[in-house]
Amino acid sequence: MFNLANPRRFYDLAQRVEPWIWGLAALLLGYGLYLGLFVSPADYQQGETVRIMFVHVPAAWIAMMAYGAMAAASATSLIWRHVLADLFAKASAPVGAGFTLLALVTGSLWGRPMWGTYWVWDARLTSVLILFFLYLGYMALWAAIEDHHKAARAAAVLCLVGAINLPIIKFSVDWWNTLHQPASVARLGGPSIHPSILTPLLVMGLAYMVLYLAMVIQRTRLEILERRLMTALAAEASQAAPAQLREAS
Amino acid sequence: MMRAIYALFRRDVMLAIRMGGGPSLGLGFYLIAGTLAAIGLGPEPNLLARAAPGLIWVLALLACLLSLDRLFQADFEDGALDLLVAAPSSLSALVLAKIAAHWVTTGLPLILGTPALALLFNLPFDALVMEMITLGIGTPALSLIGAIGAALTIGVRRGGLLLSLLVLPLYVPVLIFGVAAVDASASGMATGAHLSLLAASSLIALVLAPIASAAALKLHLS
Repeated sequence: MFNLANPRRFYDLAQRVEPWIWGLAALLLGYGLYLGLFVSPADYQQGETVRIMFVHVPAAWIAMMAYGAMAAASATSLIWRHVLADLFAKASAPVGAGFTLLALVTGSLWGRPMWGTYWVWDARLTSVLILFFLYLGYMALWAAIEDHHKAARAAAVLCLVGAINLPIIKFSVDWWNTLHQPASVARLGGPSIHPSILTPLLVMGLAYMVLYLAMVIQRTRLEILERRLMTALAAEASQAAPAQLREAS
Repeated sequence: MMRAIYALFRRDVMLAIRMGGGPSLGLGFYLIAGTLAAIGLGPEPNLLARAAPGLIWVLALLACLLSLDRLFQADFEDGALDLLVAAPSSLSALVLAKIAAHWVTTGLPLILGTPALALLFNLPFDALVMEMITLGIGTPALSLIGAIGAALTIGVRRGGLLLSLLVLPLYVPVLIFGVAAVDASASGMATGAHLSLLAASSLIALVLAPIASAAALKLHLS
């Protein structure tokens, strides 16, 4: 496990594992979409639009999970000064933001026929929107600071502050306005929805999770590659510079 | 230690008052933005009174945000920040002194200027009192949370825009609790819970913000 923390080892392993994870993600996604779009029945109230849920709900799960993973990586990076944790957190942000956007867009597409409007200032929509802004701020901070080490630590501080704030934001927004239906999968006393809908939902959740992993592993690997390239270019430039100077004189 | 904190607080307040009229600038923004909001919404008194509690809170939030980017920037540019980091006193305590000075020179003037806005917006007297109480409890949280963003963005080009993206999402709970208390009092309901939650937000920020800001400052100066 700790060997993986070495960027070089991680790079080699990631390169070998990547095709398999992408393949697994494609399989799970195909199977989940098949179950959701063809096997599961249409809802007697919502009709076919209920199928949007199979794309929407797992995206919201991953949106939150990705922020949690980012916060864990940020804490690791601040405490142990870990290079790989920085790269993982950086790689995770755009993917998490993508899933957050997917949850928002599919949610509003579902809201149009169900609530009669694309957007309502309902508690959950609002808190997911704010989560999206937190992702944007995090990525903007990474982009704004040139020194890589400083950017990594600043982003880690921001991510942890956001992680402490997220439950408070969630609670305050919940209390501010509630229209969205309450959580019905993860609750005490077992899920309240029928297996014919629950199974595709869980398969899609798993598919998204594997997809998230595939993207983050690949992005982390490419970050390592980019870092190596920069070092190589810098070394080349520092070697070339004296020679050019000599020619000039 | 206490002397150092007081000296820093005094210096920052003096600087804000004597150089470039810091407090009046934020207040000026507050009032003119309020005027623009009223012009945008239209002169209908009931609509203005209905929108006022939230609008005043949002304006206070923006006025506070606009003054944040100078919180550490000037000290960073002239090197004073290096001295503060190297000082024997705890950096978190010194940061807290700077935040307190920021609140005294931006938060406090906003609270004192609120009656003028209430007049423009046709806000009833009871609601105005509540608005000022919530601002009194909530604006320290704005300075505290904002300081984290300000510390993270020192030395960043166009830090002001970035700062707003970092800080505004974190202001959401303060805004919600503050406006909820004013709305509750306007409709004759109990306000204790809202005020307690607002105070809790400020207290959490009071504990965490100096530590996070100090960590952010250190990483920029390392």
